[in-house]
Parts: sequence; structure tokens; C-alpha cells
Amino acid sequence: MDVAIVGVGLHPFGRTASMSGLEQGAAAVRSALADAGTDFKAMQFAFGGSQDGGNADSLVNLLGLTGLQFTNVANGCATGGSSLNAAYSAIKSGQYDVGLVVGFDKHARGAFNPKPKDWGLDDWYGETGLMLTTQYFGMKIQRYMHDHGISRETLIRVAEKAYRNGSLTPTAWRKTALSWEEIDNAPMVSEPLNKYMFCSPAEGGCALVVCRSDIAHRFHPKPIYLKTAVVRSRNYGSFEVFSPSQPPEVADSPTVTASTAAFELAGVGPSDIDVAQLQDTEVGAEIMHMAENGFCAHGEQEQWLAEGATDINGRLPVNTDGGCLANGEPVGASGLRQVHEICMQLRGDAGERQVAGEPQVGYTHVYGAPGISGVNILTR
Amino acid sequence: MSEAKPLHEGLFNWPDPAAGLIGSRCLDCGEHAFPAQSSCRACSGQNTVPANLGSEGTLWTWTIQSFMPKAPYDTDETPETFTPYGVGYIELACGLKVESRLRENTPEQLRIGMPMTMELITVRQNGDGEELLTFQFCAAKESH
Ligand SMILES: [Zn+2]
Repeated sequence: MDVAIVGVGLHPFGRTASMSGLEQGAAAVRSALADAGTDFKAMQFAFGGSQDGGNADSLVNLLGLTGLQFTNVANGCATGGSSLNAAYSAIKSGQYDVGLVVGFDKHARGAFNPKPKDWGLDDWYGETGLMLTTQYFGMKIQRYMHDHGISRETLIRVAEKAYRNGSLTPTAWRKTALSWEEIDNAPMVSEPLNKYMFCSPAEGGCALVVCRSDIAHRFHPKPIYLKTAVVRSRNYGSFEVFSPSQPPEVADSPTVTASTAAFELAGVGPSDIDVAQLQDTEVGAEIMHMAENGFCAHGEQEQWLAEGATDINGRLPVNTDGGCLANGEPVGASGLRQVHEICMQLRGDAGERQVAGEPQVGYTHVYGAPGISGVNILTR
Repeated sequence: MSEAKPLHEGLFNWPDPAAGLIGSRCLDCGEHAFPAQSSCRACSGQNTVPANLGSEGTLWTWTIQSFMPKAPYDTDETPETFTPYGVGYIELACGLKVESRLRENTPEQLRIGMPMTMELITVRQNGDGEELLTFQFCAAKESH
């Protein structure tokens, strides 16, 4: 049985001081249910996740105590990917007909504040100043630029595109386009990445209604089909965050293994993709993920960005809603926002940022610590 | 002069730091780890022994920590006295790459592939006035 997405809902990312994380999740669910023309009582199951916003299954206090199976999912930044993967299996297996996927969050301002013990590390690692995700992102792209000839100009181009796309997206957090000079001159955070090259922790919620494809038209005139949903964790040698040491050989990242499996299962290749969402925690991530997901060779990003190939009117539009850079990252919801945007694009409902030519096949890629990737391939 | 001791036991040889970092080696597959591990990330075996990893290597990648980190960072610095520090991975003779603070803290001083050597620095003083030490790497003399 194939799987369809028949309802999408977003509580805009950013800051909503008047609402808790759970309330933002509930708002996203109500919006997705309305989009699908159904109600919460019709939901047979739910998978949901939040890092700092509370237990996802507490949403039933706001949405109704209907007795449905509600499973909490926790996979860091890849929580949305894991939740959708679980829902995909629940429908695919024939166990359920229709259900809900939801993610939401409400993080404190500033960088995340991880504790060494939660990561299997001793206190010295944090106390001596090595426990910062920003350092890892800086070091990974620094080596990548050295190995593959990526310039600082390319980093700036990715940030420019993100805020430009954000300015076309009514639900984005950062809706103001930034000039080359503004990005170029921003304060340095972690060489070679500056303030405008990183996304920020944020708040928000996102939800999807998924069902058996043969009943999809009962809910929505334009169902989007989820061809495959794959999640992989890291192999030995993958260069990941919070690693006091790395093995001699650098292995393929979990993005490579998830992407390869997803293309194989969906029976399509990178050149078939019309619009993509790639995890852009910072600009270097988007650049590396273009190659790790198979869209170009390592190093070709330099030319792709110079040509505008990933712009909304380019040959592979990437992060058309401004991605994490313009939307911020409420960890539990972020991966689902990517799927939301691809659904809007494939339905032809993306407004000013709509990709021309009726895109048929979309792709989402979420990546999170400590080395987990989720890839979805969707079609109209 | 006040007494000094490692912030965390077992990361480097003490009191003879010239012998360098301490890790582990897997007797089944030969892979190294730092810090020492009782099980092997490569082959899932549990047959590891301590290994001296030495104090020399080359810089594999780097960044600079430009602002004072929040907790769990714990030094005697204040936001006013904080000095940016480098962070990098040092590729050791055995091939293992170890993450480390770097003495160098400007882009001009750092280059992938440059020879590096280990030294000890004080993280903070404890309640007894003892200096708590950790390792960091700095440019090896030859490259000056
Ligand atoms: Zn082994």
C-alpha cells in the first residue's frame, strides 16, 4: 500500500511568546487536519517529537483524548525524519489507514547547551571548551573547502539565497533579504562561518496527515505521495559532532547511505528531482549535502552556486522557503517543515516562491547529531 | 609555585607529559581510540589495551572559538578576560585524529597540514589552589 500526505500544517517558526511549544504543535495539527478536511477523532495513530517543548503525546490534552496510539520520537535534529519514517511504515504495513505526524519545539535563545554525560562523554570535554556544535560545523567545512576548492564566496552565496527565499515566504522567520556586504561583514562565530551563515534555535510546529494512497482523494484533491522514507545512523569513520577522536579513514556520512538507499527504493535518481530541501544548519552543510545526496560531485558546488543552479529558477531549486537559515530550527519540527515546503511546491501552492514548470518529484534531507540522516522522496 | 594535576585522569601521561596522549588500541582489529575505550567502535570487540599516542602530529582541520562558551565550559575566565582559542583535529602518527584546543587563535597562524606538538595548560584552580591541567596543541618549533 502506497502512502500519501493529504494534510499539511505549520505554526510559523520564529518566536511566539504567547504560546507554549505544545500549543504551537497543537496549532500545526489543527491546521493540517483542516487542510485534509478531517478531524482529530479520525486519526488512528500519531508519531511526534519535541526536544524542549514537552512530551509530544501530551498534545492529546489539547486535541482530545481519543485513545489513539501516540508514540514519542526523539532523534535530535532528525526527529521529524524519524517520525515520518515511522508513520510511513505504519501505513505501508497495512496496520493503519490514516494518522498524524507532528513536531514542535520552543528553545531558549542562543546556542544549544548540551551536557557531556548525555553524549557518553566525561566532563573535561565540556569544561575545556570543546562541546560546541558551531566548532564542528566550522571544522567540517574548513576541511571540505581545503579538499574540494570551495571558496568563501560560495558560503556567502548560500546565505544570500536563503534570506532571499525567506523574503518570499510568508511563514519564514527571517523575511528580510540580506546584501552580500551585510553577510560578508557579519561577526565571525566559528571560522570560516559567521553569524548570518548559521541558523538559530527557534520555536514553531509542523504537522502532516498521512493515509493509504487509495483513500487519499477523500481528504485532499492534490495528494502528495511519499515514495520512500529512509533513516540511517553513522558508520565507523563518519566525521560527526562531539567526537574527541576520529578514525584515520573518513567514511561516508549517514547522509550518503540514507540518500543512496532512498533513490534505490524509490526507483529514481538525483537527476529526476525537481525541487529539494537539504539540511542547512549552516551554509557549509547545504554545500556538502548537495554532494552527499548525489546531486553533484564534490567541488562542483562552486560552479553551481556561481551559476545560480540552486535558486528558485535554477535547475535544482534548493531550500525554496529559505531553509533552516531563514526559518530557524525548532528541532522537533524542522524536518517536517522541509516536507511541508515540498508538498506546497508539488501542489503548485507555493505562491511567490513557486518553482516553475509544475515540479513532479521532490526530495527532503534532514541531518542531526550525533550522525543521523533522514531522506524522503515525494511525488505528485 | 602551586601544585598542579590533570583535570581528568588518563588523557595524557602524568607526571611525564612529554610521553603524550593516552588512548587505547584494539587487539582484534588494531584501531585506536581517544580517550581510551574498553570496547571497540570499529569491530564491536572488547579486547582493548592502553596505548601511548605520542605528542606530535599535523593539523587536519581547525576553527576558532571567538566567544566565551556557556556552561559546561568551566575556567577562571570572565567574558572580559576571555581570549579566543583555536580548536582543531590533530592527525597523530597512528592515523587517529584527536580533537584539541589550539594555542594559535588567528586564521593567519593556522594552516591544514602544519606540524603540531602537545603542551599542557591550566584550565582553572580548584578549591585547594591546585592548578587543573589539560592538553592542547600548538605549532611545532620547526615550522616557526
Ligand atoms: Zn576492534
